[in-house]
Amino acid sequence: MNTERIWNLLNEVPDPEIPNINVVEMGIVRDVQETNQQFIVSITPTYSGCPAMHAIEQDIKQKLADSGVTNFEVKTVLSPAWTTDWMTDEALRKLEEVGIAAPHRGSADKNLLMGKLREVKCPRCGSYDTHMLSQFGTTACKSLYKCNSCKDPFDYFKCI
Amino acid sequence: MKNEETLALHLADNTLILGQRLGEWCGNGPVIEEDIALTNIALDYIGQTSILYKHLCEAIPDGKDEDDYAFLRTEREYKNFILCELPIGDYGFTIARQFVFSQWYLLYLEALQNSTITFFQEFAAKSIKEVRYHLQHSQDWVIRLGDGTDESKARMQNAINSVWNYTGELFQDFPSDAELVERGVCPANSSLHATWMNKVEETLLEAGLTVPASGWMHSGGRKGLHSEHMGHLLSEMQYMQRSYPNCEW
Repeated sequence: MNTERIWNLLNEVPDPEIPNINVVEMGIVRDVQETNQQFIVSITPTYSGCPAMHAIEQDIKQKLADSGVTNFEVKTVLSPAWTTDWMTDEALRKLEEVGIAAPHRGSADKNLLMGKLREVKCPRCGSYDTHMLSQFGTTACKSLYKCNSCKDPFDYFKCI
Repeated sequence: MKNEETLALHLADNTLILGQRLGEWCGNGPVIEEDIALTNIALDYIGQTSILYKHLCEAIPDGKDEDDYAFLRTEREYKNFILCELPIGDYGFTIARQFVFSQWYLLYLEALQNSTITFFQEFAAKSIKEVRYHLQHSQDWVIRLGDGTDESKARMQNAINSVWNYTGELFQDFPSDAELVERGVCPANSSLHATWMNKVEETLLEAGLTVPASGWMHSGGRKGLHSEHMGHLLSEMQYMQRSYPNCEW
């Protein structure tokens, strides 16, 4: 057993909210360390109140235990604070696959400070003619949008 | 309690109590998007509170867990601003409160990001990302309602007037903070007032609303001296833990 093997196992743990993406692709797993034959898996919450964190921790523990890893600890770290920039390209592609518009690269802070919104592409028909219905969507990490072309509402994974 | 723990408790209680109030909008929002927005903000607040309570549990190893902090204290042991505990009122009042509080909180967290205590730095860096969205949400609504119909404008103005004399407490320097300010742990509340006022005025102006005259201000929340609403809020929030001690979901 080595850290590489642990990473491989973590790659098989799905995000509970968006199960086609795993917790490594989401940027939730920050680090795997081996000290004195103990593995320490560091995870970080996307939003402080993310109710999935508990489930993610449990799922990771279950996965490692099922794979015969006995000596490990899952610890939650706050710093550096999670950002959507840590989501892999693969994760962004998979978001679109399930109808969620992917966050833009680069932190949103500049735009928020300027009070501007970015152009968001409709994940269903590809149109940029969309508008925000609400800053807050089905989960803390998403905003609610509507496409003016195909009239479908959709979630946009907002940048933080 | 050390001074920095007193501060952490105060910050945690602000967001716990305000989060509890926002939760009252669940199922009662004026439109479904707002129902979702307000409860999302509540969720962020409860998450931030939980980070602070967990930190207190580690800093003060007296066997208390975060639920003890949240559910098993009496009224005077809560150190939140009175502003946070006021009843939700109409939607305008809730928005007005969110607006003045978020503007204060954002400025506070900006300063706290440079704290000489690593935990506060990390807490602030995490929370500020969420609070920026909260501020933008309430600001948008203040403008939309203020610059809306006669009815929405009147109610928004009324709401701003109603929260106004609860905002003084946000800028009062608390005795146990003095030493922390000196050590660079946190900003002096009073140092944030001028910027807060500028920002608030800017938005109210854009909304076509009037900045209320500043007069007598309520205070005492940080000392545990609350309004008559606090006990009622706690009786509802603590009901399950008081009736069924240690019950879990």
